[in-house]
Amino acid sequence: MVYALPNLTDDSYFITLMIFSGINAIVAIGLCILMGSAGQVSLGQAGFYGIGAYASSVLSQSFGLPVVISMLCAAVISGIAAVILAAPSLRLKGHYLAVATLGFGEIIHIILNEFGPGGPSGFGDIPALSAGGFVLTTPAHVAWVVWGILLLLMIFSLNMLNARPGRALRALHGSETACNAMGLDVVGLKIKVFVLSAVYASIAGSLYAHYVSFISPSSFTLFHSVLLLMMVVLGGITTVWGGLVGAVIITLLPETLKAFEELDVLVYGLILTLSLLFLRRGIVPIVTAKIHSLLVRRNA
Amino acid sequence: MLEVQNISKVFGGVHALVDVSFSVAEGSLSALIGPNGAGKTTMMNIISGIFPPDKGSISFKGGVITRLSPAAIARRGLSRTFQHIELFAEMTVLENILVGRYIKSRSGFLAAGLRLPFVRTEEEKNRAKSLEILASIGLEGKADELASNLPLGEQRMLEIGRALATEPSLLLLDEPAAGLNIRETRDLGKMIVRLNTEREITILLVEHDMDLVMRISTSITVLNFGQKIASGKPADIQRNRDVITAYLGEEDPSC
Ligand SMILES: Nc1ncnc2c1ncn2[C@@H]1O[C@H](COP(=O)(O)OP(=O)(O)O)[C@@H](O)[C@H]1O
Ligand SMILES: [Mg+2]
Repeated sequence: MVYALPNLTDDSYFITLMIFSGINAIVAIGLCILMGSAGQVSLGQAGFYGIGAYASSVLSQSFGLPVVISMLCAAVISGIAAVILAAPSLRLKGHYLAVATLGFGEIIHIILNEFGPGGPSGFGDIPALSAGGFVLTTPAHVAWVVWGILLLLMIFSLNMLNARPGRALRALHGSETACNAMGLDVVGLKIKVFVLSAVYASIAGSLYAHYVSFISPSSFTLFHSVLLLMMVVLGGITTVWGGLVGAVIITLLPETLKAFEELDVLVYGLILTLSLLFLRRGIVPIVTAKIHSLLVRRNA
Repeated sequence: MLEVQNISKVFGGVHALVDVSFSVAEGSLSALIGPNGAGKTTMMNIISGIFPPDKGSISFKGGVITRLSPAAIARRGLSRTFQHIELFAEMTVLENILVGRYIKSRSGFLAAGLRLPFVRTEEEKNRAKSLEILASIGLEGKADELASNLPLGEQRMLEIGRALATEPSLLLLDEPAAGLNIRETRDLGKMIVRLNTEREITILLVEHDMDLVMRISTSITVLNFGQKIASGKPADIQRNRDVITAYLGEEDPSC
């Protein structure tokens, strides 16, 4: 329903879901850092995801670059796009950034539609993931690689968040006035975290393209940006674990709801609405707080 | 160390500051006093770069800082606290101090994410330094509490600690005693004097509490309705007619 799932045997059905969960989680942890730590909102994350997918596909297919190099180039392009978007709009306050990112996502979608290979119908035969002559042929291999990259990015994110840059981002969320007084470069920090989240989205987009081998602009819409936002909010924006958990749940949910047949969209919407209403802080923060209070009570 | 020259600032129709000049000598413990609404906080905000003055100039350690960003001014060694507490409420006490260490350290996104060896040593150094600062402001036992959970007096101390973490040569304190009880105010006074004499930090203290100011400061500037009405040593200020009238004109003369 949400993704054009490639035709697969039942065996690899679970693996496919694992791959999509992992890909979504990569975008989601970037969005968590942006929203939860730095307090910025992006409604255009699918734009960077799309740039990652298209740039990496075109570079490897038409220009014959190795896939890994294509992915890195795509990440650089996304990073530059993030600077161009963020530099002017971050000076604006409040909801302007959200609106600017929304516009950005739409512009990328239009560009892919008009100028992307194959236009609105997209293009295929994108080279499979490969590194150093080793081509990933089975979905299981792809799943390992996707979750491996996710793990590395997770470690990178946690390291960063627990050190100087991460504290600065959380401080930004707390009081910009105080950040200024402490000598923090507020605008520069916001641009950097925006670039970081764009690069994560780009890497995920590239992985997606090289895995499904066929992409079209319809995968990179506002709908997808909102879905990503939902993952982060559901899982909890204050920790990157929230992004991971939210991404897995939102990716698996439509599949488990297939039992409801044509009512699945309705049930899906209902579950999301209810959880946003009743799990406002997000699943991971709520669960960790529960566990914490249980431990405290036991020790007391 | 700090030269304030002919500063004026108008908000809407309000003349918050009118042609105010004064200077803060290196090593001094100077005070800026005046009744509520006299323009003291406005002066602090202009000095620290939060907004520019309409007229006049500020120089700090020989360089003009009038149009610099607050961050640039902070990096030159000027730090401050806020009358209305501006802590990072959802961060711990220790983390608040660590943010103060920001300009004294250099690990960026990539280095920190990859946990390069220098990041680890830098983190350890900053942590040790921050714990030392916490001990000096009497908050060593509260390192892991959320800043927002501290009582007001400790929040004010934490703001001072965070400012100290930037290793300033000039520290601006905007009404650090506001909301403190008599004992807390006395301890605060002792600490400010210690910072001035032991750490050799020049201090510009904005304060409402006349007793505190008279007891600890070495030179005083008095503002009233945005104008400088007097400046000099505490003993002179205490005898100054204009100052007495300005303060007695207030509803609560003890302020
Ligand atoms: N940002 C602002 N916008 C509008 N008016 C302000 C602002 N800051 C201060 N004022 C006004 O300027 C005058 C001086 O205020 P302030 O500097 O806060 O005085 P003090 O700190 O001495 O009590 C007051 O009349 C106040 O209302
Ligand atoms: Mg004030």
